[in-house]
Amino acid sequence: MIENRPGLRLFCHAMLLLSVATLAFPVWIAFVASTHTAERMLAVPIPLWPGSHMLDNYRTVLVEGVAGASTAPVSRMMFNSLVMALSIAVGKIVISLLSAFAIVYFRFPLRMVFFWMIFITLMLPVEVRIFPTYKVMADLHLINTYGGLILPLIASATATFLFRQFFMTIPDEMMEAARMDGAGAMRFFWDVVVPLSRTNMAALFVILFIYGWNQYLWPLLVTTDESMYTAVIGIKRMIPGGDASVDWNLVMSAAMLAMLPPALVVIVMQKWFVKGLVEQEK
Amino acid sequence: MAAVSIRDVYKSFGPVKVIQGISMEVGDGEFVVMVGPSGCGKSTLLRMIAGLESITSGEIAIGGRVVNKVEPKDRDIAMVFQNYALYPHKSVYDNMAYGLKIRGLPKAEIETLVQRAAATLELSQLLKRSPRELSGGQRQRVAMGRAIVRQPAVFLFDEPLSNLDAKLRVQMRAELQSLHRRLGTTTLYVTHDQVEAMTLAQRMLVMNQGRTEQIGAPLEVYTHPATTFVAGFIGSPPMNLIPGRIAADGAALVTGEGERVHLPRAVAALANREVLLGVRPEHLEACDEASALLRPQINFVELLGSDSLVYGYLGTDKRGVRLAARLHATSTQAHDGALPLRFESQHMHVFDPASGQRVEI
Amino acid sequence: MAAEKRAYFPAGWLPYALVAPQLAITLVFFMWPASQTVWQSLLVEDAFGQNVQFVGLLNFRELFVDPYYLNSFKVTAVFSIVMTVGALLISLTLAACCDYLIRGAQVYQTLLIWPYAVAPVVAAVLWAFIFNPSVGILTYVLRGWFGVEWNHMLNANQAMTLIVIASGWKQISYNFLFFLAGMQAVPKSLIEAAAIDGAGPLRRFLTVVLPLISPTTFFLLVVNIVYAFFETFGVIDATTQGGPMQATQVLVYKVFHDGFKGGDLGGSAAQSVVLMVIVMTLTVVQFRYIERKVKY
Repeated sequence: MIENRPGLRLFCHAMLLLSVATLAFPVWIAFVASTHTAERMLAVPIPLWPGSHMLDNYRTVLVEGVAGASTAPVSRMMFNSLVMALSIAVGKIVISLLSAFAIVYFRFPLRMVFFWMIFITLMLPVEVRIFPTYKVMADLHLINTYGGLILPLIASATATFLFRQFFMTIPDEMMEAARMDGAGAMRFFWDVVVPLSRTNMAALFVILFIYGWNQYLWPLLVTTDESMYTAVIGIKRMIPGGDASVDWNLVMSAAMLAMLPPALVVIVMQKWFVKGLVEQEK
Repeated sequence: MAAVSIRDVYKSFGPVKVIQGISMEVGDGEFVVMVGPSGCGKSTLLRMIAGLESITSGEIAIGGRVVNKVEPKDRDIAMVFQNYALYPHKSVYDNMAYGLKIRGLPKAEIETLVQRAAATLELSQLLKRSPRELSGGQRQRVAMGRAIVRQPAVFLFDEPLSNLDAKLRVQMRAELQSLHRRLGTTTLYVTHDQVEAMTLAQRMLVMNQGRTEQIGAPLEVYTHPATTFVAGFIGSPPMNLIPGRIAADGAALVTGEGERVHLPRAVAALANREVLLGVRPEHLEACDEASALLRPQINFVELLGSDSLVYGYLGTDKRGVRLAARLHATSTQAHDGALPLRFESQHMHVFDPASGQRVEI
Repeated sequence: MAAEKRAYFPAGWLPYALVAPQLAITLVFFMWPASQTVWQSLLVEDAFGQNVQFVGLLNFRELFVDPYYLNSFKVTAVFSIVMTVGALLISLTLAACCDYLIRGAQVYQTLLIWPYAVAPVVAAVLWAFIFNPSVGILTYVLRGWFGVEWNHMLNANQAMTLIVIASGWKQISYNFLFFLAGMQAVPKSLIEAAAIDGAGPLRRFLTVVLPLISPTTFFLLVVNIVYAFFETFGVIDATTQGGPMQATQVLVYKVFHDGFKGGDLGGSAAQSVVLMVIVMTLTVVQFRYIERKVKY
């Protein structure tokens, strides 16, 4: 900072604190709601401080689900989300490492075709191809399965593209030195390329895990059996339309639980995550 | 240890001809430096010997065996890269051991070889460190250690000292020389720095635009440059080249502006011929008026302490033939106005202006 | 972007084996469905898939005269612009503040990035709760302190406001991250030179920092618009379901609604194709722009 302007500094702190509060506000309300009884939550105004029913609510939600909304126990749904998010993150990383390595370090016919194909998949999110994808899943008998949840979401090659950009920055001499040392392609891949990609992999893991956990439209389509619902779907379904009364305390407990794993992942891996997100732009 | 044969080698990248017919025989245990300006093709040639570039035509043989189609790892060579190319995530020990591990040597043997190489390069204390914790000079030595540990027949160095600061470079030059004396391995060394070339080489290959300019021992190249390119490339400041015509009596050179440069020895055989007269700045001596062979006007002086570099021109036109001279610092002449200079006949060089080739006199 | 590495391995069967998994999945789960969407947009079929007829661009022509579709376009445009501009302005200000402060910057950063982890759907559920017409805390405040009745199930503008807030809420933290990184990449020497020239903090920000982070700004503009177009399906579904009276029926929601609930596969596919074209154009524009920046 160059000059000393306490007024401006104060303004900045104020703005930032205000935003922190605003961002935290909905989550605080949710947390508070998750610690009271259902009746208390229907009385206006709702409380602004936590109550004493936290354990009850969470236990109910995890073990029994929300009766009125015919959903499975939240623990089951969180398990589904976990499987889905982890598989997408790990699966996409593994596949992309391999294909990025191939297009960067080999010259083979169709290489450019493959490269442009990858580039195209960057552009179309799953939302524009939902119905035919649904039909493919139905034909392959993958409705209501983990495969059905996972496979269409690793089809886009964003991670391949990112790894490709990174591999291009690895000095050529490193590969030449490895070649002189007698390393073949896969040896070079495993001993040199993968260790060098550690930071990228960590950042991508965070991004992909969150992407997988937070998916809504596609899982909505591909699962009809409530035991295969993911956490985010479950929460939405706890709010029936119309005037039916809602157990807000339970809904908010479920919401808190659903927000927890991705938030943990972000906070624990914050350093890599920030680095990876920002690198992505280039 | 092995001899290296480069026979009539050509290299093109598509339509671009990068190497145009280079041939050289490198003896067993010899230290040869390939030197030239950026883009002359020296690195490409080295990489062809290493097997990292293909050979468009010609042959390269190592130890008598033609290796055109042989993979780098089977050529019994080791290479030190300009930016070291150390594996950043491996320790110094693992960097050096990697090639041996791939070859499948037993751990005990790897340990022995690595320790021995580390001792030779004074790296024994650094074996557990990772490259990012090392200084430039230390990384350089690790790169060399990686090469030594394989006990190859030929060492290939690609501008290894370019990334070091001046003081370190002098130190490393000495280390490289002592290493060569100790190990005696055939070494091919690429650099653009003519000082490195002069100090390290037993023989030099001077290259320009993919062609051989001259092959010879450093002193030979210095005292008898084969072309104007070599004359200007080796030695700093570069050799003075004065264009003109040898007078009818062969005793002087007459420049385009009519200036006369008297020659220390008459060259009657070249009378009336257009030539380039070459004299190195360090061979021009200050003298009295009577013995002067030429009198350039001085317009710029650099006092270096040990000697002085004076710059000037022949004749009256500042845009005429430029000259540089390296004079002893204690010469007490006026450094403004015309400066009488002379030179010995053995320091006189003549080149053909059209071809750039040396003319024997 | 199609540059090549100097160093490469000799080809054999290996590269094909390495790309095979990606290739297989991409072909089956991306290329095929995407091309099917395009094909379907040129057909008219009944709900059972029995009577299939090729009709060329008929679906598209019908779309562009359909008042509901044009309404969706308008709604989406309004929604994405308001959300994008709002989120960008707020996050820009926050990043500028954070960049100006040296102490505490890291703490603020940690405190401001976690909303990225929250699913749009969940964010929507939270905000819908806060704005719930009967028990919402802000509904209560608006009624009690400002005399404003809030019911986004009935009031179109309030519905739009709700989805803008719910969607923008987490985008602010994403944008903030990028803006902050962009600002921190501006060389300190430039800012110091401006200060010596007599520019105060605001002027420095407007004339030095802002132009230099324009690639970031442009990138975020595109990302936010794409987000608004596509990833907000969950937000709509959790709050207004496109209502009241299609006031929040964004394009992606209409695709789902018409196809799944309405059974009009051809029309829905045609809408998808239009969306594809839009997003492809945006992505290409973005890449071209960044490519040019990278060249310098």
